[in-house]
Amino acid sequence: MCLAIPARVVEVLAEDQGIVDLGGIRKQISLELIDGAAVGDYVIVHVGYALSRLDPAEAERTLALFAAAEAAMNEGAADGAGGTAA
Amino acid sequence: MKFVDEFRDGRLAQTIARAIAAEATPDRRYAFMEFCGGHTHAISRYGVADLLPPQVRMIHGPGCPVCVLPIGRIDQAIHLALQRGVILCTYGDTLRVPASDGLSLLKAKARGADIRMVYSAADALALAQAEPQREVVFFAIGFETTTPPTALVLQQARRLDLRNFSVLCCHVLTPSAIGNILESPEVRELGTVPIDGFVGPAHVSTVIGSRPYEHFAEEYRKPVVIAGFEPLDVMQAILMLVRQVNDGRCEVENEFSRAVCRDGNLKAQQRVSEVFELRKSFEWRGLGVVPYSALRIREAYAEWDAERRYVLDYRGVPDHKACECGAILRGVKKPTDCKLFATVCTPENPMGSCMVSSEGGCAAHYTYGRHRERAA
Amino acid sequence: MSRGRPYVRPLDLKRGCVDLSHGAGGRAMQQLIDELFVPAFAGGTAVARGDDGAVLPELAYGERAVIATDSHVVSPLFFPGGDIGSLSVHGTVNDLAMMGARPLYLSAGFVLEEGFGLGELARIVASMGRAARAAGVQIVTGDTKVVEQGKGDGVFITTTGFGALPAGRALSGAHARPGDRILLSGSIGDHGMAIMSLRESLAFETEIVSDSAALHDLVAALLAAVPSSSELADPARGLRLLRDPTRGGLASTLNEIALQSGVGIELDETAIPVRPQVAAACEFLGLDPLYVANEGKLVAVCAAADTDRALAALRAHPLGADAAIIGEITDDPQHFVQMRTGFGGRRNVDWLSGEQLPRIC
Ligand code: SF4
Repeated sequence: MCLAIPARVVEVLAEDQGIVDLGGIRKQISLELIDGAAVGDYVIVHVGYALSRLDPAEAERTLALFAAAEAAMNEGAADGAGGTAA
Repeated sequence: MKFVDEFRDGRLAQTIARAIAAEATPDRRYAFMEFCGGHTHAISRYGVADLLPPQVRMIHGPGCPVCVLPIGRIDQAIHLALQRGVILCTYGDTLRVPASDGLSLLKAKARGADIRMVYSAADALALAQAEPQREVVFFAIGFETTTPPTALVLQQARRLDLRNFSVLCCHVLTPSAIGNILESPEVRELGTVPIDGFVGPAHVSTVIGSRPYEHFAEEYRKPVVIAGFEPLDVMQAILMLVRQVNDGRCEVENEFSRAVCRDGNLKAQQRVSEVFELRKSFEWRGLGVVPYSALRIREAYAEWDAERRYVLDYRGVPDHKACECGAILRGVKKPTDCKLFATVCTPENPMGSCMVSSEGGCAAHYTYGRHRERAA
Repeated sequence: MSRGRPYVRPLDLKRGCVDLSHGAGGRAMQQLIDELFVPAFAGGTAVARGDDGAVLPELAYGERAVIATDSHVVSPLFFPGGDIGSLSVHGTVNDLAMMGARPLYLSAGFVLEEGFGLGELARIVASMGRAARAAGVQIVTGDTKVVEQGKGDGVFITTTGFGALPAGRALSGAHARPGDRILLSGSIGDHGMAIMSLRESLAFETEIVSDSAALHDLVAALLAAVPSSSELADPARGLRLLRDPTRGGLASTLNEIALQSGVGIELDETAIPVRPQVAAACEFLGLDPLYVANEGKLVAVCAAADTDRALAALRAHPLGADAAIIGEITDDPQHFVQMRTGFGGRRNVDWLSGEQLPRIC
């Protein structure tokens, strides 16, 4: 299922290796597939490799989108109630 | 866990659920396929189906690499371990999958085969270095996510001239499978099986980007929303699909923008194309033979290709005749429509692709969803 | 009888290894017993040693003897929070405790692999002795066999426990009734993930510690607050059953209960305690904490009327500080275990199918 999980880079080692932290668990992984990973970056870890970087700003934007569903719906409910019935 | 827990928030789930219920037209049917096993898993494990209105139905797709791995490929791996005496390294996922002659990798191990579970392809390479007197084969399975790591270890093996290491390559390609489903007559002919849209792969897309799906959206007029594997991601993607359907749009949208961009991971793609080339055809369990749907190792790496090195030929093994996986994977049937479901075919004794891992449609329903049959 | 036996040299615990003579019944074996096992298991006086078996004192009037046995194989042998020695004591003590019995005696059978270090064996045996003394049980008889190299995993230990069940007490997996509440004594998955963190191929760094512990004292406190329904002679009150969710985890234990009692179970996911590091480790390896082994937790089912008293009794004990009410028994002819997820949906919680393997790709 392509199990992968976002983890924080806490150490960058030689030969494109790095240590990541996920909720207090630390594991050595390979950073070879992404360029210029730095301590503090969040990366998506899959079978011991960082597949991509995670963009915290985009994550915030998506979370905001979830919350916006409510706002949109409230509006929709206000003028949409008549709409659906019609 | 940052960037995980926020995406499992039950309160926000209710919010999105209300939005879906409000926006999905009551007298219209919405059938969406989640391609990936990861999405199937999230839907079953978190009970996402309970938060959807009755007119929205999810179809579990073929995106579980273990499920679609044909028996014949596992037979090859077992042959290498039992008859050729190699150390066979594999991800834990494949160990239990039943193969021919009542065997599985786990059972072959019990018969004396040297089979090691690894977390990473790099572990297999390290093992070959540590045991130079033994031959080590890495059983490489998976979609575009596991492929780049395999490419890296093959390049490393060549650099090190590590002669006791090779790879049995069974890597498959996501877009070909989606194409295959869309091309099938049941789906093409309007009105038979409506798949109204796709929840697109999460981690596969971090590698290949969102661009490859643009073709499906355009050519087949199906909306695609790429989504993360957390349950809120799935809910949001469903909402976005409902909106596209309502608006008559067929676009590729990206809900998983925190990790996926249009081009994907170019470095990973580059490594993959250096090492692998397309196979003319490959058998998928459940879907059958799909043209240009898998990768094989390039000539330059022939030395490290287990298929060439051990001169393996492939023999297909058909599934039980009554198995309905082909129809289930295309949304024509549900697991409970199969006569074998929960009687002959169970997770302990899978008869077809969809029962093999907990991410297969049949297994997910068996393990997590049987209580729903009563309600229905 | 162990005193004054003439051994030329004491056992070499630094460099010495188990060899086939240690299981052959001769002097080498006797020396191993005299110098390694006997001192470690010293403590009790009630039972004489040296014969082929142990003669146990009479039980109190009305008490019934309870016997339980458990074989222990664990890799690695030493792990954070314990080792195979302490585990082999806790496992069997807990089996007795789950029956409501007061654990009294243990027998211990060792299968040693040729070449296993005597020093490591001494550590394991000492830890076993300590665990037994802490739990107030005596190891009264035992046996040692040695297998050739490659035919064992260092050491296997089988312990059989013997305990006393007070008059009138009855706890059984078959006693759960619809409406009863389910309690759990603390967080799940700690033991399994502590072991997993050391597996060569999956290793990760963590502070997760096995929860391996003897639970009889916690059980005594619980039973003092809420006696079994049969002791109370009131079907609407009391404790129905106790179980320790070891292999197969909480999910398997609950399915066993549902099947044995012919009932269904409804769980509340948010109520089930999981430590953050255990949750994170499970994410990494694609495992579900519901299926991960525990060695120091119990599941209690009691009549609804006694729920609060049972919870208070568990929480008042250090081993039950994080106890929680996790669900209730329902009427269900299909014996499903179902769960309301924290996300707001529902799902079945099925038996573990096969061995729990990491899902990775
Ligand atoms: S229940 Fe088994 S046999 Fe039937 S379709 Fe599913 S996998 Fe195939």
